[in-house]
Amino acid sequence: MLALLRRQINFGAISSSGLDRSLHRFWFNGSRGFAAAAKEMTVRDALNSALDEEMSADPKVFIMGEEVGEYQGAYKVTKGLLEKYGPDRVLDTPITEAGFAGIGVGAAYYGLKPVIEFMTFNFSMQAIDHIINSAAKSNYMSSGQISVPIVFRGPNGAAAGVGAQHSQCFAAWYGSCPGLKVLTPYSSEDARGLLKAAIRDPDPVVFLENELMYGQSFPVSAEALDSSFCIPIGKAKIEREGKDVTITAFSKMVGYALQAAEALAKEGISAEVINLRSIRPLDRATINASVRKTNRLVTVEEGLPQHVIEESFGYLDAPVERIAGADVPMPYAANLERMALPQIEDIVRAAKRACYRSVPMAAAA
Amino acid sequence: MSCAFSAVTMAQPNPLTTNRLSTYAIKLPPFLGSTRKLRPHSLSKSLPSPSKSLRSSTSSVSDVVKELKSNLLITKEEGLELYEDMILGRAFEDMCAQMYYRGKMFGFVHLYNGQEAVSTGFIKLLKKDDCVVSTYRDHVHALSKGVTARAVMSELFGKTTGCCRGQGGSMHMFDKEHNVLGGFAFIGEGIPVATGAAFTSLYKRNVLKEAGGNTVTLAFFGDGTCNNGQFYECLNMAALWKLPIVFVVENNLWAIGMSHLRATSDPEIWKKAPAFGMPGVHVDGMDVLKVREVAKESILRARRGEGPTLVECETYRFRGHSLADPDELRDPAEKAHYAKRDPIAAMKKYMIENKLVNESELKAIEKKIDEVVEDAVEFADESPLPPRSQLLGNVFADPKGFGIAPDGTYRCEDPKFTQGTAHV
Repeated sequence: MLALLRRQINFGAISSSGLDRSLHRFWFNGSRGFAAAAKEMTVRDALNSALDEEMSADPKVFIMGEEVGEYQGAYKVTKGLLEKYGPDRVLDTPITEAGFAGIGVGAAYYGLKPVIEFMTFNFSMQAIDHIINSAAKSNYMSSGQISVPIVFRGPNGAAAGVGAQHSQCFAAWYGSCPGLKVLTPYSSEDARGLLKAAIRDPDPVVFLENELMYGQSFPVSAEALDSSFCIPIGKAKIEREGKDVTITAFSKMVGYALQAAEALAKEGISAEVINLRSIRPLDRATINASVRKTNRLVTVEEGLPQHVIEESFGYLDAPVERIAGADVPMPYAANLERMALPQIEDIVRAAKRACYRSVPMAAAA
Repeated sequence: MSCAFSAVTMAQPNPLTTNRLSTYAIKLPPFLGSTRKLRPHSLSKSLPSPSKSLRSSTSSVSDVVKELKSNLLITKEEGLELYEDMILGRAFEDMCAQMYYRGKMFGFVHLYNGQEAVSTGFIKLLKKDDCVVSTYRDHVHALSKGVTARAVMSELFGKTTGCCRGQGGSMHMFDKEHNVLGGFAFIGEGIPVATGAAFTSLYKRNVLKEAGGNTVTLAFFGDGTCNNGQFYECLNMAALWKLPIVFVVENNLWAIGMSHLRATSDPEIWKKAPAFGMPGVHVDGMDVLKVREVAKESILRARRGEGPTLVECETYRFRGHSLADPDELRDPAEKAHYAKRDPIAAMKKYMIENKLVNESELKAIEKKIDEVVEDAVEFADESPLPPRSQLLGNVFADPKGFGIAPDGTYRCEDPKFTQGTAHV
C-alpha cells in the first residue's frame, strides 16, 4: 500500500521535467521559438498559429477587434496576420464593443465565421447584449435555422495590478448562459487545439484566455503542430494522475494546482489534477470518475465558484473544498490583490483538509 | 451671447427656433488640427484645408492677443496659478514614469504629458463642488481639481494613504471631497456618470429646492470615445434636458495605435454637437489661454441653465498610450510638430513677453513643484501597505450585504470578519 503511494507520479503524455521547466518560468516572457529540436511554444504563438491556419484554410474566417491589425494585437496575439491576410480580413475597429460584436453576430447569421477579439473580457460587458441575446439564443429562437458560428476571444481574469475593471474572471458568468460554449485553455496545446475547434464550431464560443499565460512556454507534440489538430470541446484533461484527492481547475489555476500537487506529493498526498478545458459543456464524466476514485474534491477558480458534484455525492469521503477568489472587486494594491486571488498555499491547505490531513500514511513508513 | 474672439471656431446655432442646418452651413471654420498634411498615408481626403495663418504659427497665444486688441487675457496671479498647475501636472507624470520603471508602480499607467493645457484651462475655473469625471488618464485631472499630490502618488503606489486607500489605482481616482467622480477604465463609461451628476445638480435645484446649487460637471474623454454609443446617447439626453454639463473631448488623434482618422467616418468631432442641438466648439488644446476662454464661456452657459456644450480640444500626448505602449505607430514628424507647441513653453513665452512675470519667478515655481513631487514620493514610499482587514471592507456601504453567517448573526457583526477571506 505504501509502496503505491511512493510510486513516481505519472504525468501521462507530457514529460514531467518539461512541465517543471515551463512552470518555473512563470514571470518570463517565455521563449518564442518552436524550433524543431525544442518543440516548445508560448501560448501566444499557439493562438497566433491557430488563427493563421484557420484563416488560411477557410476564407470565411475573419478577425475583428481593437488594435488587432496595425498594432499587431493589444497583446500581440494577432501579430503578422494583417500583413498576411490584408485589411479586409483583419479589421481594426473603433472603440465600440457593442457595435462590432453586433456586426460580428450579424456576419455569422449570414454565413461568415467571425473571430471577435475583446481587449479584455471586462470590455465584453459593453457587448453583452449581443453575446447573449443575439448570439447565444438565436439557434434556439429560430428553431435551428440560424446558427451563429462566432468566436469571442480575449484575455480573462486577473493580470497584475490592473484594478477592478480589468481583472474580473467571467468563466462562471458565461458558463451560466445556455446557448454559449465556454472554453478555457491552459497550455499551448490547449490553446491551439481549442481555438481551432472553436473556429470550426457552428455555435457561439466564448474563448477565455489569460494575459499572464500568454508568455508561458509549453512543450507541444508533433501532433499538436499539425494544421488539422483539434481538441474536442467538452472533454477535460487529467494533467496529473493521483489517488488521494482530485483538484479541478482551469486556465492559470491549473498551473497553481500542479505546483500545489508537487508540494502535496512531498507530504505524501497524491493529488489528481484535472484541467477542465471547457466550462460549458463541463466534462462531468471525467470529474465524477476521478472523484469516485479519490473520494475527495477541491475545486479552484479565480471567480465565482461552480458546483458539479451531485452525481458522485455518495462517493465523497470529505466535503467538497471550493477555492475561489475573494468576494470583492479586484483591489489595486499589490498585497491586497494577492490576498484576493487563490494562491498555491490555499490549494495545498484545502487539499490537506480534504484528506483529513492524512499525512500519516506516508509518515508511518 | 457674443463670441468676441475669432481665433476660436464656434459652430453655434441660436436657440432651437432657427434652422440649425443653415447656421451650420454658412461658416465652415478651419479644422486647426488636421493631420492630413502630417501623415503621408492619410486616408481622409475630405477634410477642409486649414487656414494658413493660424496653422503656421507655433506660438498661437500671441495671435489671440493681437486679435483681441485689448487687455491681456489673464492677470499675473492667474497666470502664475495656471503655470504652476501645468508644471505640477508635467512633473508629476514624469515622476510616475520614473517610479514605474523602478517598480514602485505597476499595472496600467496612462500619462498626460502634453495635454496639461486642457486640464488646467478647464478645471481651474471650477468651484469646489463642481464635478469632474475622467477616464483612465486621470492623474492630472485629480491634481488640478485639488487632490493632493501625496494622495495621488500613494494611490499609485498602492498604499493605504492613497485617495482610494490603494484599492482603485491609477485608473480609478475617486475623491468625494473634491468631487472627482472617477477615474474609469472603460472609455465612454464616464460620460453617462457625468451626465448623471449634472442631472443631480438640476434636480437639487428644481426638485429639492436646495440653495447654492448650480454646480457644473465636466466630462473629459478622448477621440476614440466619440465612436462609442454611450457618447451619443448622453449628448442627446443632456441637450434634451438642458443639463449643466460640458463635454470636453481631448482629441489627441490616437487611441492606442488607432489613428482617429482611421476610426471615424467624420473626424471633426465638434460637428456632432449641433446634430443634438448644442453648440460644438473646436479649440487649440495646446494653448491654455484659448482653452480657458472657451471654458469660461461653456461653464457660464451651463451655470445659467442654457444646457450643455461640446468642446473639442485638439491636443497631443507626448508619451505613448500607457507606459507599456512602445508607441511605434506615430509619425516622428507629427510628434515633433506638437512638441514645438508644448503648452508649458507657450505659456512661459507668453507671460515673459507680456512682462507679466520674470524668469526667476517661474523658476521658483518649478523648484517648488519639484519639492512637492519629491515629498509626495517620499510620503508614498513611507506609507504602509493596506492591512488585510481592508480587503473585505467597503464592498457594500451596508456591510450586512455579506449576509448571515452559519451561526445566525450577520457576518459583519463578527469582530473577526474582515480578518478572513471568505472561508478558506
